[in-house]
Amino acid sequence: MKHIIVVGNGMVGYKFCEKFVEKANKKEFKITVFGEEPRPAYDRVHLSEYFENQNAKALEMAPRSWYEEHDIKLVTNVRVTDIHRSSKTITTANDAHYTYDYLVLATGSVPFVPNIKGVEKEGVFVYRTIEDLEGMLAYAEKLNQEKTNAKAAILGGGLLGLEAGKAVLDMGLEPHVVEFAPKLMPRQLDSRSSKVLQLKLESIGLQIHLSKATSEILGDGKITGMQFGEDDRLAVDMLIISAGIRPRDELAKTCDLAMGTRGGIIVNNRMQTSDPNIYAIGEVALYNQMIYGLVAPGYDMAAVAVDQILGTEESLMAQHIDMSTKLKLIGVDVASFGEPFMPADKGHSIIFENKTQFLYKRINVSHDGKKLLGGILVGDASDYSMLHQIYLNGMAIPEDPAQLILPASDGGAAFGDVMDLPDEAQICSCESVTKGQICKSIEDGEATDLAGVVSCTKAGTGCGGCKPMVSDLTNATLKSLGITVKDHICEHFDYNRQDLYKIIQVKGYKTFNEVLDNHGNGGHGCELCKPLVASLMATINADTANEEYAIQDSNDRFLANIQRNGTYSVVPRVPGGEITPDKLIALGQIAKKYDLYTKITGGVRVDLFGATLNQLPLIWKDLISHGFESGHAYGKSLRTVKTCVGSTWCRYGMDESVSFGIELENRYRGIRAPHKIKGGVSGCIRECAEARGKDFGLIAVEGGWNLYVGGNGGANPRHAELFAEQIDNETVIKYLDRYLMFYMRTAKPLQRTAAWQERLEGGLDYLKEVIIEDKLGIAEDLEKEMQTLVNKFKCEWTQAINDPEMMKRFSHFVNSEEEDDNLVFVPMREQKMPEPWN
Amino acid sequence: MELINTQNIEKALEKYKTTKLQDVKVWFKAASIHDFPTDGGACVKYKNKQIAVFNFTRSNKWYACQNICPHKMEMVLSRGMIGDAKGTPKVACPLHKKTFSLESGENLNGDLEAIATYPVKIDQENVYIGFSD
Repeated sequence: MKHIIVVGNGMVGYKFCEKFVEKANKKEFKITVFGEEPRPAYDRVHLSEYFENQNAKALEMAPRSWYEEHDIKLVTNVRVTDIHRSSKTITTANDAHYTYDYLVLATGSVPFVPNIKGVEKEGVFVYRTIEDLEGMLAYAEKLNQEKTNAKAAILGGGLLGLEAGKAVLDMGLEPHVVEFAPKLMPRQLDSRSSKVLQLKLESIGLQIHLSKATSEILGDGKITGMQFGEDDRLAVDMLIISAGIRPRDELAKTCDLAMGTRGGIIVNNRMQTSDPNIYAIGEVALYNQMIYGLVAPGYDMAAVAVDQILGTEESLMAQHIDMSTKLKLIGVDVASFGEPFMPADKGHSIIFENKTQFLYKRINVSHDGKKLLGGILVGDASDYSMLHQIYLNGMAIPEDPAQLILPASDGGAAFGDVMDLPDEAQICSCESVTKGQICKSIEDGEATDLAGVVSCTKAGTGCGGCKPMVSDLTNATLKSLGITVKDHICEHFDYNRQDLYKIIQVKGYKTFNEVLDNHGNGGHGCELCKPLVASLMATINADTANEEYAIQDSNDRFLANIQRNGTYSVVPRVPGGEITPDKLIALGQIAKKYDLYTKITGGVRVDLFGATLNQLPLIWKDLISHGFESGHAYGKSLRTVKTCVGSTWCRYGMDESVSFGIELENRYRGIRAPHKIKGGVSGCIRECAEARGKDFGLIAVEGGWNLYVGGNGGANPRHAELFAEQIDNETVIKYLDRYLMFYMRTAKPLQRTAAWQERLEGGLDYLKEVIIEDKLGIAEDLEKEMQTLVNKFKCEWTQAINDPEMMKRFSHFVNSEEEDDNLVFVPMREQKMPEPWN
Repeated sequence: MELINTQNIEKALEKYKTTKLQDVKVWFKAASIHDFPTDGGACVKYKNKQIAVFNFTRSNKWYACQNICPHKMEMVLSRGMIGDAKGTPKVACPLHKKTFSLESGENLNGDLEAIATYPVKIDQENVYIGFSD
């Protein structure tokens, strides 16, 4: 049995192990890995995420148990100090000896620390390991306690330096980036794109100092500032050095391996060093007289080394290494590919720049305009994958290459279809996955969806930049196989929501079973189709959630919002947020009586938490006796209409926003929709009610209301769009009736108005034609349907507590009056909360 | 803190063991069939156990399982929505929609551990759950 020793357990060292496990015959080889850091290999590329969650485990390439499962001996926290080539042994820092047949050096690199006076001072850090980050975090915390606006500088405005800039922001310090060159990311960006990136970074609070040569680190023991040239200074409390990397090649010196003049262990295209039994991969390897500081070439080197050692496949490192990169720096897309800075004698550049949006796109094309040679993208790199593929595969480009980067005016993309790529096109460069492999995984039936493709090909598991393309390829392949990406609700119905809407409306069905028996595929239904039918019944028949409660979604079933520990929260309606002192007192007294955690919500009302199932009807009886009604906080229905105080009190108010907000909330209360609906009414353009963040929003202006539609907070915030101007109350209601009803008729399940509106063919103009100009001739129907819902409104809680049959469900046990004995509450800030989950 | 919680979880779960029909020693009379919703479930208390019982009216079948969801250890499964996945009767937890087969107890949309299931019989319009203890 042959013994392979891998020195270094970073990303590339780990990749060697992973490739080895895939290919090696365990009886022929055993493998021992030495890592100098205390933990197994982790994802250094996403190191700055550690500042967000401080979860080192989440960054791990694989847990320690993975190495055990694959019989890999992993020795961490141990440094290898010597190589003895004659005896084929290595020595560790604790003086242990190991014999090898093959030695793989994957020692990576260390941050380059320039020889600046004072660099040893306290508060100066490098950015490389989790331990480095922990040191920074501790120091930053100390600084934040000592002063309010502590500053941290990053020396180096390259890729890693800007990553560190994000870390500084996350630590709550004022970030300064100091770069020697006259531009940011000098290896990837040209001057103009650097300028655009700089403007963007400055807009989010980074201060950028270019063309600064640091001559001294100032301070007495600990850093207080940096000196540039003669009399230029910057006061800082902390410094992170990120001025490039140097290969960790000191082991090669101990055994006289051939090295480059500026460091790095020289390797051939088999990744062999000058000693054929010793290989070097990753950032320590000098290949083509270059050190490659990117993870993708490192992974390729690992794969080549594995093949060479196992002798099973003849693979060699490519002559030309693609240095294209795409990354998100502090939320800003930056990408460069091919030859980003092309001299004019090789071709022409096409540049699109828009500083107001922090956008820059440059592509370089051959003189004959037929080949894409490279480019740079800042601000929006969504086209990177396609451009990169065109470049890599030498694909044809449009006659007017500008179309590749100009915003498409007719909505059609200038790119061909993803399926036009050749099979050998590399889609995921981190894991070397080709288009052919992705499509094949689906064609062979190994994968049936995106998640399946990712798990069997590993595409997208590295930097994740190729994910959109993998997703497009997956969908296109499924489609080519005749597997339509259906919008059927679930396995029980071959219909989408809109189909079912029409069926129920025309046939007049009243129960879920009628719909399933007449139009379904048998079975019992499920958690997707049942709540959907319930919602449609509510929209079409004005049903409340009491009628068929077992098909209602979790919250609707018990007319309350289920919380973390299975208790519920209670939210009575407070239209427009207006409430009398007496009612407010009543709310407080009821909360006190049932010992409920009490909080004001973001929707101008009060939420009472921690009610057990058995308590719900009792609480509601009390609330209803004080004049409250259900707030439908649990339903896919109108939540609140948030208002500012308006002209009733406000000296700037243009109209009575509260009065109108109350009217609208009372009008649309209780109606069930594809998703929740929120409204807002502001009394003037100061917009204190944040109406433009709502599904519908009104702003009082001279001469009436401006109506906005399709806004959203949540995960994808979107401002509502201006729909009609200076209209009176009556017209607002007319348009809103039509708009909401049209949305309820045509949206997909759980689609908010924003997403619906965005995907509506013809966009806002079409919507105006339907709602305002009545192009489809349905306006009258829409209004009538809405008016029926408004007329039929009843408070479902009042209905429930007056019907013993409906009340049966509010009991934890069917055979006992007892409550759930599993509940544990712990105190928190004078109130209570459920015991935390572990 | 973590240790205590882990122990609690193990303790909470060890009460619930799948019971096969042949191992039933006690048929516990839970309630009348009319106390359960049609095509829905309710929770039954038996000694220190909470058992979710489901009435699949469409196929005239009944199923029982532990009320505690193994995902976050809350007593909620009886309040979940029932249905089927390709013919297998299932319940979806109301908290995060984890679904479990009511025949085998296995987690159908993840790799949580299986829930314990119990036999149910109907006699004279009453629902009985079978226990081995």
